[in-house]
Amino acid sequence: MNISYMYSLIAVIVLFLLAYVGAMLPGGEVFFGIIIPYLALIIFILGFINRIIDWARSPVPFRIPTTCGQEKSLPWIKPNSIDNPTTTGGVIIRMFLEVVFFRSLFRNTKMALKEGDKLSYEWEKWLWLFSLAFHWTFFVVLFRHLRFFTEPVPALVEVVAKLDGFLQIGLPELRISGVVLLGALIFLFLRRIYIPQMRFISLASDYFPLFLIIGIAFTGILMRYFTKVDIVGVKEFTMSLATFKPHITQGIGSIFYVHLFFVSVLLAYFPFSKLMHLGGIFMSPTRNMVNNNRFKRHINPWNYPVEVHTYEQYEDEFREKMVGVGLPVVKPLAAKTPEEAKEPEEKE
Amino acid sequence: MTNNKKIYDKGMVIIGLCIFVVVITFPFWFNFGNAAPAPEPKIADKAKAAKECVRPKAFMKVEHMQILNEWRDTVVRDAKRIYVNSSGKEFNMSLTNTCLDCHTEKAEFCDKCHDYASVSPYCWECHIDPKETK
Amino acid sequence: MKELPNPDEFLSKIDHKPSPTGWMDTPVEIRRGIACHAAKPDRLEYVGFPNPRDWSCFDEDWQLPENWQEILHKGFKERLDRFRSVKIFMDICVRCGACADKCHFFIGSGDPKNMPVVRAELLRSVYRNDFTTAGKILGLFGKKAKKAYGARELTLDVLKEWWYYFFQCTECRRCSVFCPYGIDTAEITIFGRELLNLIGLNIDWVAAPVAFCYRTGNHLGIQPHAYKDMMDFFTDEIEEVCGIRVKPHFMKKKADILFITPSGDVFADPGTFTCMGYMMLFHFLQEKYGLEITWSTYASEGGNFGFFTSHEMMKRLNAKMYAEAKRLGVKWILGGECGHMWRVVHQYMDTMNGPADFLEEPVNPITGTKFENARSTKMVHICEFVADLIKHGKLDLDPSRNDHLKVTFHDSCNPARGMGLLEEPRYVIKNVCNHFYEMPANTIREQTFCCGSGAGLNAGENMELRMQGALPRLNAVKYVHEKHGVNMLSCVCAIDRAAFPTALEYWLPEVDNCGVHELVANALILPGEKKRTVDLRNEPLPGMEDEDDE
Repeated sequence: MNISYMYSLIAVIVLFLLAYVGAMLPGGEVFFGIIIPYLALIIFILGFINRIIDWARSPVPFRIPTTCGQEKSLPWIKPNSIDNPTTTGGVIIRMFLEVVFFRSLFRNTKMALKEGDKLSYEWEKWLWLFSLAFHWTFFVVLFRHLRFFTEPVPALVEVVAKLDGFLQIGLPELRISGVVLLGALIFLFLRRIYIPQMRFISLASDYFPLFLIIGIAFTGILMRYFTKVDIVGVKEFTMSLATFKPHITQGIGSIFYVHLFFVSVLLAYFPFSKLMHLGGIFMSPTRNMVNNNRFKRHINPWNYPVEVHTYEQYEDEFREKMVGVGLPVVKPLAAKTPEEAKEPEEKE
Repeated sequence: MTNNKKIYDKGMVIIGLCIFVVVITFPFWFNFGNAAPAPEPKIADKAKAAKECVRPKAFMKVEHMQILNEWRDTVVRDAKRIYVNSSGKEFNMSLTNTCLDCHTEKAEFCDKCHDYASVSPYCWECHIDPKETK
Repeated sequence: MKELPNPDEFLSKIDHKPSPTGWMDTPVEIRRGIACHAAKPDRLEYVGFPNPRDWSCFDEDWQLPENWQEILHKGFKERLDRFRSVKIFMDICVRCGACADKCHFFIGSGDPKNMPVVRAELLRSVYRNDFTTAGKILGLFGKKAKKAYGARELTLDVLKEWWYYFFQCTECRRCSVFCPYGIDTAEITIFGRELLNLIGLNIDWVAAPVAFCYRTGNHLGIQPHAYKDMMDFFTDEIEEVCGIRVKPHFMKKKADILFITPSGDVFADPGTFTCMGYMMLFHFLQEKYGLEITWSTYASEGGNFGFFTSHEMMKRLNAKMYAEAKRLGVKWILGGECGHMWRVVHQYMDTMNGPADFLEEPVNPITGTKFENARSTKMVHICEFVADLIKHGKLDLDPSRNDHLKVTFHDSCNPARGMGLLEEPRYVIKNVCNHFYEMPANTIREQTFCCGSGAGLNAGENMELRMQGALPRLNAVKYVHEKHGVNMLSCVCAIDRAAFPTALEYWLPEVDNCGVHELVANALILPGEKKRTVDLRNEPLPGMEDEDDE
């Protein structure tokens, strides 16, 4: 049994029970509905800012973009201005493609040793596809949730919801994003379990957010399609949070508080975990830098003078030998040996 | 690990963080100064007089769409029009003739909550509210 | 040196399935054939590095300074404050595994700790323990809680693991291309090695070149007179091949251009042929256009093994380039074929030792082309320079003299992924050779595979490691060898030329290795030369020989 995911699974189950039971206790709704969410949001925002500032306190001493295409050199050689950008515009496009479409991950291949001696690098876009699906649907779900936090609801949110439910399956209408989200999460979990290399490298902190987000998606789907909640009551409550006039709406049910608690845990956990890749990607020096190294000098703020071996020291050590083979020297040999200084080479 | 060192690339970092904060706190400033209380759907007199809907209120609150869906399927596919509820009462399965008969004002009853919760049921793509057409 | 099994057996033993236990529970076993010899104390002493001593990685006791943990902790902290790259890379990896099968050492060995993600985790685990709040809090709940978080203390075993695996990375950056956040294992390895050097843990194959280069100006420790002797020998060789006596300049003041190339090319085949190629090219340019290009024995090293040691050492060695250019009063610097040299020149030199305001913005005086892309660093790659000459028709070339060769081109890691020099060498090769074939797309350009011996791992005692690392590259060469009959693997890197002959002999003896400028020189028609019947290697040119006999 893999201890890493057992730990995480147990942690998420404990969190579930905590909120499920806790919300039923007196004062539990206030605690899990008001105190925890506000606290989590504060931790998230301050923690996120703090982490970014912490990174920013270290300089980028050298300009080290990973160049993934032709450099800009001679005028008749076409440079790859996105994968090897020499302008800020190029970097912006590179970063945009990276952040929005996971471009580097799209390059992914799968290595296999075939027929005993042939290495092959096969088509492997599943990781790319499912991570993209996961991130995008998570974003759509999040965006759709604005309907609980805005009044009037912006038109764009309604349009997205409409598109998301365009299949018109069942009632309430099936939202495609929720299903894809859950499916992608399960794929991402299964590959950690079934691919031996993935199992080898996965930590509890890799499984935990997966389970947590699975829990969020699961409780959300449960409320929407199965156990049902009083949606107007929910919105009354969420709007009270959004307008800083928090009060509990009675009778929303424990599953809702579990859902909310999971989200709160995710928010509070975020700044202290690998989930900070959300901010980190923007600051990754191998991606966000311009490859203009040789035509614009980059400044290292802590560049300090170092001890070097000067030409003079070099010549002092080797002068005799240099003169011996006719290499030019700055200081002539001390006038003591005329005998071997003459071994005329063809060059001066 | 934070110490009193300078922040490098300050401009970009601050801009980025501002965008982050603005986006994350969107609901707070979007609703600023807006109370947005939950709507009170208006129960028409006839509905009040009837005391109870086809099913109990709490059930109707969260499951009405399911019932309407079932009604539609039963009427259209099986050509049955009579619904019998748990207490043996019979109803004609019709949105316009039964539901809207009691709940006379769609705008005050249906739409209020639907708008609030940003739900756009496709009932009205086929059905019409008799009042609105006038 | 450990005897290697035959290639078939070697291949059959590769198993990419890691043990079912997690990596932290798999203890390190330092193996002969993989690990390199420890740095000898005199090397470290020469450049003033701390804790020089006689030790061996196979000993139980590494004779570490008493407070080694404290030194490393402090060093770690200092470097986190200096390098945003590593700081971010410590925090944001999600262990998606995209990098895992991109590393030539993992592909060739199956050792799961050679997956780039694990190499970084070696550092990260200690980082989490020592520098994160979560690590400190979880530490209160004992080892198990820490381990679930991926944190562990820096123990002697962890240190040994560091040493073992940071010297199994060639800093080739291939994984960085595939990483969705651009996490660069080269940064991790550079960081790790820099830490190890704080307590005197280096390998001799890095430390010796560093000390040599510091003293004699080049990694091989060739003293000026010996350097000159080698060049004289090449002059004789060239005369034999084409009947022309070239006259290279040495440290000529006010020459137009200073030329700096890796010393490996002066010392060992097949790099020597590339060196002869440079000499012939410069002779041609001087005879025909009056261009003066000078060599220097003081700055006789393009490569920079300091880069594999520490940022400071890199700077100390690199300083000679600008210093010599300034002393000689040349207009700009031309750089030869080399891999990591170009990473350093392109991404570090100007920052470290610039601004080179005593030089002119490089212009090719023959074609008038301004090398706009080098206007600050003032250093031009010889492939850029020669491609420009060829484009303007300034070289007299007879590509049929390379007709006996079916050539493919190996993109060296650093010019590809730390610069983007992809088309220039191809353009040159296609103009001097008639038979050129590309290897499969997943193995060239930015996705190129390392030769397996970069970053100071080209020693003799780690032959098994080198053959593991070379496998993916040579497997791709084998593909074009079988498909198109390719018999020459060309490249623009001196480490490649030092590594490939051995690796080819093992994996693919039918194919030979050369530098691009050996091919150029074969095709280059020197003014007044005699009819060539042999190539630079003194091997008869088919066809040409017959005519000569008649």
